[in-house]
Amino acid sequence: MIKNISNLGDAALYCDFGKEINKDINTHVIKYFKTIQKKNIPGINNLTPSYNKLIISFDLKKINFNKLKKIIDNIEIIKGDSIQNKKFEIPVCCEKEFSLDIKRLEEKLKMKEEKIYESFFEKEFFCYMTGFIAGMPFLGDLDENLRAKRLDTPRVKVPKGSIGLTEQFANIYTFESPGGWNIIGNTPLNIFDNTKEKEPNLINPGDLVTFKRISKEKYQNYHE
Amino acid sequence: MNKNYFEIIRAGINSTFQDLGRSNLYHIGVPFSGAMDNRNYLLANKLVGNDHNDPVIEFAYQGPHLKYHGDKINIAITGDVSFKIKKGDNLIDGECYQSFILENYDELDILSTNKSVYGYIAISGTFDLQFQWSSCSTNTKAKLGSNNGEKLSVNQKINVKEINNNFVLRKLNYVNTKIENIRVIKGTNFNYFSEEGKKIFFKNEFKVSKLSDRMGMRLEGKKIENIIDTNIRSEGLIKGVIQVPADGNPIIMLSDHGTIGGYPKIGVVISADYDKLVQLTPGSRVKFQEVDLSSAETLFKLYDLETQNLISQI
Repeated sequence: MIKNISNLGDAALYCDFGKEINKDINTHVIKYFKTIQKKNIPGINNLTPSYNKLIISFDLKKINFNKLKKIIDNIEIIKGDSIQNKKFEIPVCCEKEFSLDIKRLEEKLKMKEEKIYESFFEKEFFCYMTGFIAGMPFLGDLDENLRAKRLDTPRVKVPKGSIGLTEQFANIYTFESPGGWNIIGNTPLNIFDNTKEKEPNLINPGDLVTFKRISKEKYQNYHE
Repeated sequence: MNKNYFEIIRAGINSTFQDLGRSNLYHIGVPFSGAMDNRNYLLANKLVGNDHNDPVIEFAYQGPHLKYHGDKINIAITGDVSFKIKKGDNLIDGECYQSFILENYDELDILSTNKSVYGYIAISGTFDLQFQWSSCSTNTKAKLGSNNGEKLSVNQKINVKEINNNFVLRKLNYVNTKIENIRVIKGTNFNYFSEEGKKIFFKNEFKVSKLSDRMGMRLEGKKIENIIDTNIRSEGLIKGVIQVPADGNPIIMLSDHGTIGGYPKIGVVISADYDKLVQLTPGSRVKFQEVDLSSAETLFKLYDLETQNLISQI
């Protein structure tokens, strides 16, 4: 449930679902998101669900913070409507040219490269949200010993297909973009298809994802 | 097939098609995009008698040099822009906020924006563009929108689908003013910063960095010290959010921004100041000034009234 609603600037509601991050809380966020989306409330022009927050942007010409907060405070959540799980296996190449931050991670985590990869490739991940850039999935949870902070200064360009780690999450850069995650490899798979108006995202919230290590040769000859 | 078109002699630094942008796609990671300076976008369309949401060409710094082929067409340029119109052997200095007619083989050369970043070209008619999620806006980072998600380049044509026979020459007296104080509402992580850091944020000057584009504006100044955590759990972002990563330099999210971010939010630029914010050139010095929510709402009403008032004068 929403613990608190505050304003983010003058044209957005910042709905906080509590400090913790787990699948239960995230499921609540997604339910609120879906309910509000279906209601088509005039003035709302964007919804951004994340692990434990929901940001509701609105058109300041049509509604304001206090009016919209009242509506959201009184909203009833649709019961049932469970999130569907699809499963994906994502190929990743970890050659030097792709694993831009593996040395930084070895240092920060005080772990050897092989151990980092071993622990990463064993995991099954849950998709909490998509965004930052179009279609980027935020996948959790990494084991405690793999959790590192973002880079101190974000990169101006992270290559398309990069697999990044930060805190308890992994992500995939769906195209070249600025970004601050620790890059450990690269996938040849297209995660966001901008030619599709409907469902351009390969991976959606609630989906389950594993990663599979591939050689450079396989990477270069990869066909979807 | 298209008998009316613009030939691109020079594309300019970052010339893209823009309209009001696309909404309700943050949840899959697609930002609003759209014209950076909304007021100048609306004025450009009104000057050529278009609908308020028609596509225009947005350019940054140096704009395109175009040669027109076809039936006569009405054109307007908005922003703080130096440009020339070439009619046969005549080279004419162009005036912003004043529509003019281009005829077959006339040229339009957008030399540069002056003390600003973005300017707009509107035509009395419609460009032949593909729309994605009901907007033509090109997002070059995501490769979305018209022109296959790319900025304009030489050796391509800009086709005009239709010319509306609206040849009334319109004019507006308007001067763009430069902003020095950016008004902000405190962000959701304001208390992540030390007392000294908060003071620096509101008292010191920041310089706009060269690493600024349609996605974001990076600022440089005295380091804003974080005393809690230089990371937050990734969560949604909106236009105008000011994030401060570990290096202590603020980054302001602009129209093509990432929809999710994990750096603490020290503030959010108020909606009323957004158009002027995006026009700040690299090297400009700015200060942040705090306002509360109700003042921000009032300031937005004033901004909107002023815009409507300018539109009605055309």
